[in-house]
Amino acid sequence: MIIEIGHFALVLALVLALAQAILPLVGAQRGIRSWMLLAKPAAIGQFAFLLVAFLALVHAFVVSDFSVVIVYLNSHSSMPLLYKISGTWGNHEGSLLLWVTILAFFGALVAVFGENLPPRLKARTLSVQAMISIAFILFTLFTSNPFARISPAPFEGEELNPLLQDPGLAFHPPMLYIGYVGFSIAFSFAVAALIEGKVDAAWARWVRPWTLLSWTSLTGGIALGAHWAYYELGWGGWWFWDPVENASFMPWLMGTALLHSAIVVEKRDALKAWTLLLAILTFGCSLLGTFLVRSGVITSVHAFAQDPERGVFILAILGVALGGALTLFAWRAPVLKPGGMFAPVSREAALMLNNLFITTLTFVVLLGTLLPLIFDVLGLQDISVGPPYYKWTFIPISLPLILLAAVGPLLGWKRGDLSGALQRLWGAGILGVAGIVVAAWIDFGSEVMAALGIGVGLWLLAGTFVEWAERVRLFRTEFTESWRRMRHLPRAAYGMTLAHAGLAIAIIGMTASAAWKEEVVRQMRPGETIEIGGFTYRLEEVRGVRGPNYIAEQADFTVLKDGEFYTRLYPERRQYMVQPMPTTEAAIESHFFGDLYAVIGESDGAGAWTVRIYEEPLVPWIWTGAIVMVLGGFVSMSDRRYRVGAPSRQPAAQPAKA
Amino acid sequence: MKRKTLRLYLLVISLALLGTATGLVLSAINSDLISYFVSPTQVTKEPVEPGRTVRLGGLVEVDSVGKLDDGATHRFRVTDLSNSVEVLYRGVLPDLFREGQGVVVEGSFNDNGRFVAAEVLAKHDENYLPAEVVKALKESGRWQEGAAATAINGSEGVDP
Amino acid sequence: MHRLFFILPLVVVLVLVAVFWRGLDPARNPASISSALVGKPVPPFVLPGLTPEMPGLGDADLRGQVTVLNFFASWCAPCRAEHPLLKELAAVPEIRLVGITYKDRLADSLRFLAELGDPFAAIGADETGRIGIDFGLTGVPETFVIDRDGIVRYRLAQPIDEARLADEILPLIAELTR
Repeated sequence: MIIEIGHFALVLALVLALAQAILPLVGAQRGIRSWMLLAKPAAIGQFAFLLVAFLALVHAFVVSDFSVVIVYLNSHSSMPLLYKISGTWGNHEGSLLLWVTILAFFGALVAVFGENLPPRLKARTLSVQAMISIAFILFTLFTSNPFARISPAPFEGEELNPLLQDPGLAFHPPMLYIGYVGFSIAFSFAVAALIEGKVDAAWARWVRPWTLLSWTSLTGGIALGAHWAYYELGWGGWWFWDPVENASFMPWLMGTALLHSAIVVEKRDALKAWTLLLAILTFGCSLLGTFLVRSGVITSVHAFAQDPERGVFILAILGVALGGALTLFAWRAPVLKPGGMFAPVSREAALMLNNLFITTLTFVVLLGTLLPLIFDVLGLQDISVGPPYYKWTFIPISLPLILLAAVGPLLGWKRGDLSGALQRLWGAGILGVAGIVVAAWIDFGSEVMAALGIGVGLWLLAGTFVEWAERVRLFRTEFTESWRRMRHLPRAAYGMTLAHAGLAIAIIGMTASAAWKEEVVRQMRPGETIEIGGFTYRLEEVRGVRGPNYIAEQADFTVLKDGEFYTRLYPERRQYMVQPMPTTEAAIESHFFGDLYAVIGESDGAGAWTVRIYEEPLVPWIWTGAIVMVLGGFVSMSDRRYRVGAPSRQPAAQPAKA
Repeated sequence: MKRKTLRLYLLVISLALLGTATGLVLSAINSDLISYFVSPTQVTKEPVEPGRTVRLGGLVEVDSVGKLDDGATHRFRVTDLSNSVEVLYRGVLPDLFREGQGVVVEGSFNDNGRFVAAEVLAKHDENYLPAEVVKALKESGRWQEGAAATAINGSEGVDP
Repeated sequence: MHRLFFILPLVVVLVLVAVFWRGLDPARNPASISSALVGKPVPPFVLPGLTPEMPGLGDADLRGQVTVLNFFASWCAPCRAEHPLLKELAAVPEIRLVGITYKDRLADSLRFLAELGDPFAAIGADETGRIGIDFGLTGVPETFVIDRDGIVRYRLAQPIDEARLADEILPLIAELTR
């Protein structure tokens, strides 16, 4: 019964979305106020119904109602409650329902907190948002109905894929989707602005918190996914440039560009058409990601089951949404009032340059992802594109971008003083060069890129600190004065400082772990030892252990450093009861300079086990960097100028002080 | 500064960046930073030059999985039911690696003509064959033919 | 000239969509590859039954009368969904409905049939999935219609549904048994 209610709620949400798409748009065009006002209750109602539908599905998973096909396929009565719940989005149909629910959630947020938006802009934005909803609800209902039943109902389920039974992965998809889907708001705002024919500082100020929220969430989601791959797959790697990973990385890149260009619109009323284009393309990348993951057009180890019919449907959504928005852009953007001017050396120019670099990086990732498909369509050989391609193309282009990220914030608006900025960065420069020299010395210059990576990472870290110190006049004036400045510095400024510092820390971690990871694979018997990275690993024993729905072989390692006890590690190899599929649980112990990482493989049946031990330099820095970046996002969001729903005390159209 | 000059300036930078990116991508393709997919039959007909990274796809031949004396290097044969290639892999095999199942290995031939895998990939979902494997089987002509069982068991492939 | 720049993104996106469209072409999709089997004789095979007492299945059994061959497994949800339609097929007097279990434990297959009913005249157990490879199976369930000479005439690489049963399978059976 509850399932039928859920299904029915989904249909009702569709009806409301239809009303929300048409009436406010017509109302805004014709100036019918009551029609425009309909957008708010419709958006809230649509979200309420979708929430009912989603919760109905969660309920079916929690009570293990195996008469529902996807519950049968992805759940089992013996699974822990957390994984029963996360099983809801551990499959194509359920995750799609989560996708639309989040889409409507964002629409409802704009409806509720957008009280200070001009009525027309708000009506049009919500209308566009509803159009996206319609497309995806139709897609859900017609190709991927999560409420489909099987009769007669089986007694027991097939269980969630054991790899997905993991706390990190339980929250990874919702965070990723908040990121992906949140960019739809920027898209809707951009389309509404194009219909209106007007973009100004106020527009940018409305778009920014949504973009920031999405970006922050996406950053967290990607980091969580990388962390999951790191400890659950047991390969010691955290990023594989797999098409599915790229599908989340491209919107992140474009969203990063959008965040930066929106600043220029807000502060200087420039780069308006470009920012609109970015807003459209950022959500376009989200749609593209959804298409790549769910259509099976590109082979990936992570993809959902392939179904060309679904692919055609999403491709149609992608074509109509992007095609429509870009047609509108081609038609309306040229008539936008030209914005403010700036010199080739200025904050604006630096941000523009940042945007060009990031767009180029996205282009390179896009090409890498699509090359196998392009080769195939052209009838050439079958190929696959892996890390060497990205190392060769992505890294050289990103290095100058990171150099720029330290300089840009020190440049003034309109006309900047490049030599002045560089003078202030002398310390950072020395640190960067020292980093390069030391890194090159450590590995005898065999990894040039790695040395450069460490160098630019240190440069950005120090440069970010210098910029902050400049702002608060640290050591230039009395400390009380600096302290006063520290407290009065806008939250958005702290947000930037944290985000840049987090990026720098993550870059250093990624570079070091990619370049200097070490690995030992050996057959080991209890009592034997392995030496790696200055640590000695002694295998004490391998024993059987039992979990709620699996049995496992657990190895017991004692780790010694300089002959002294350091820690114990317990890697497992699990065998789940229902799905005949062993999984690897790596044992990881972090310290400041890296991770100890141990994996146990199969036994040879004669008392020895294959054991894999990694020395993972600076990997914790990656996660630390990501956390700092997310923190920066939240701090920036809390800035009162952007605070969602904060009453606009200044007249909205007045450009903010630079 | 005039608006036109600014535009020209941005245009030049964009084109330079785009050109650099395209150049890097093309050189990546040219210098084999991407790996080509090959089937055991293809490799048997035209050997791949040693050191070049390729992906080899097929089924894990039944009764072919073993280990070298060092105890940590796996040895198995990848077959497309017409030909098979011996693969050496030092590491822990993926959880879904089984005899008779589809597999894709990435690696290169060493100077002795042995295929040394750097990575063994298996799909997360065990009910479907990887597309590349299907393609390899199809190209070998064995996809719709019979006698697969004997071919998997037999060792009619080339000796490396 | 100026306007051209604003049209450029649209053009790029349209080209991309076209590439994807080609990429989705079913002809390059592995799922449709082995429809090549249609018009060819069934591959030779011999499979044991689920228990020593139950009849097994071989290609020789597929000659002499029109046969519908269904690949299924107890772990496959769509197989459950299509099961009632298989019972309908089993009731058609002119044909013989046979099954092959695909990568399934014998005990599980037996439990599956005990639970839902056994419409099959004979079942072969393909525990390793090797025969599945010969048939070009991309998953389960899949259904084949084979004529009196043992030639494959039809393949359905997805669950049977009411529409396909009524519009494709039953008319074909009527034609083949005429």
